[in-house]
Amino acid sequence: MDNLHILTIHESHKLLKEKKISSLELTEAVLKHIHSVEDNVRACVTVTDQVAIEAARSADLAIAKGDIKPLTGVPALIKDVICTKGIRTTCSSKMLENFVPPYDATVIRKLQAEHYVIIGKSNMDEFAMGSSTENSAFFVTHNPWDLDRVPGGSSGGSAAGMAIDEGIYALGSDTGGSIRQPAGFCGVVGLKPTYGRVSRFGLVAFASSLDQIGPITKDVTDCALVLNVISGHDSKDSTTVPLDVPDYTRALTADIKGMRIGVPREYFVEGMQDGVRTALEVAIKQLEKLGARVDWNVSLPYTKYGLAAYYILAPSEASANLARYDGVKYGYSYRDTTNMWEAMEKTKQNGFGAEVKRRIMLGTYALSAGYYDAYYLKAQKVRTLIKRDFEQAFQNYDVLVTPTSPTVAFKIGEKVDDPVAMYLSDLCTLPINIAGVPAISIPAGFVNGLPVGMQFISRHFDEESLLRVSYAFEQATDWHAKKPALT
Amino acid sequence: MKLSAEEVRHIALLARLGISEEEVEKFREQLSHILENMEILSQVDTEGLPPTTQSVLLENVYRLDEVLPSLSVSDVLANAPSQEDNSFKVNAVLE
Repeated sequence: MDNLHILTIHESHKLLKEKKISSLELTEAVLKHIHSVEDNVRACVTVTDQVAIEAARSADLAIAKGDIKPLTGVPALIKDVICTKGIRTTCSSKMLENFVPPYDATVIRKLQAEHYVIIGKSNMDEFAMGSSTENSAFFVTHNPWDLDRVPGGSSGGSAAGMAIDEGIYALGSDTGGSIRQPAGFCGVVGLKPTYGRVSRFGLVAFASSLDQIGPITKDVTDCALVLNVISGHDSKDSTTVPLDVPDYTRALTADIKGMRIGVPREYFVEGMQDGVRTALEVAIKQLEKLGARVDWNVSLPYTKYGLAAYYILAPSEASANLARYDGVKYGYSYRDTTNMWEAMEKTKQNGFGAEVKRRIMLGTYALSAGYYDAYYLKAQKVRTLIKRDFEQAFQNYDVLVTPTSPTVAFKIGEKVDDPVAMYLSDLCTLPINIAGVPAISIPAGFVNGLPVGMQFISRHFDEESLLRVSYAFEQATDWHAKKPALT
Repeated sequence: MKLSAEEVRHIALLARLGISEEEVEKFREQLSHILENMEILSQVDTEGLPPTTQSVLLENVYRLDEVLPSLSVSDVLANAPSQEDNSFKVNAVLE
């Protein structure tokens, strides 16, 4: 069989179950494809050829015994911020360039229980800080829809990889939009679960009260299948919530008659591209045609403070989390001195890139004596207001719909020297992490050949509504089936 | 909010982040610009509001105080830049 790499999870699963293909054939096909496109796209920090082949053989043995689950034998691309035992996990940073974790993240253990196949570790903005994957210490990832453009970030490698089929599905992480914004830029599906839905154990910490791991997939069905496996309480992450995990595929009914959908006007901001606005309007009218009750004039008044609050909260948490990279226990270590302080300072100076340093500085400042109340405490109080905005909206609506980003993918180099311009590209995704609610980005059209993402937001632990509305839209449109011309 | 070069050096020291003179100037400009964009928060009346530290409220998460397997010493030290006698080796703290 040809072109196995273009399959989705559910398509692969069917063929594996019917024994029309083996996991080894599928895995070899994906590896071959990766090596044919990687020179142009550069989605992977590490391609795990050998490990993938071994995992595929072991999956085939399980399948032969009749032990096949939805992800069994299906190759996955894992963002290089998620710890994989024995496989280098770099966070696309010089600091962790040679770090080989001694343990697996909980999400990886859950995937292993399904006999998953890891195909590679994907490129990202260093320590997940960025919106374009240009902050990778190693190389820039290119958007398969236009190689001169960024794939978004920070999970740019996972999203670009899905757009060009470097794996059947991928995992990303999302602190302020890092799953959804690149999924939008690359024309694939990306979901940030509710804070506490998926274990963060083994996810290298950026901002602990905002980070979540989630799926990046080729369609909504696959998104539900991955979410089914990675969700749930974990005694190793005390912020996971002890709630039962539903079977998310049951939300894939294609029926949204009577669903109450709100359109918050604050997300259709000044500076938004006209093409994105038009694509969203057409997409939302499609939802109306499918029977949803759309209110076009909802207000979340504190939205405009989201960006400022986020860029205090996230860097503050990051400055504490990244203090651990002191050159003593693991990672890069400056050895050319016997002075303890000098070693620590030079380790960080040489090991971290510009954006990581910027955020450590910003966070250290916001937490420092004399400024804590004005910045950090103030931002936490504004966080309360942003959260209440959502709570009030969800008294009247099942989901909210917004653009994922105000623009389509921008050019490589365009914003790299202007941090504030770069931060603005996450305007529509940041408030969701601040409130901890779940959100998904799905393909909803094109502007000049570049994908437009549509974001749905729902109440805490109601990922089912996101999947229900996304699946209904996907069934009625064919945006998700479009592929970039790069071969 | 304009930061001075002195303030930038002080922040770097608090973070124990080595910083070149070139970076002092670059960060002074960039951080000042970012902080100016934060001033919008002063417009918000937050009088009497509780801070939100985490979005999904959980309290008092306990677990049993029981011994569970942990990583082996060799696993823990496998990534150590320098080690001796089953320990991380560091520069002298007091000289």
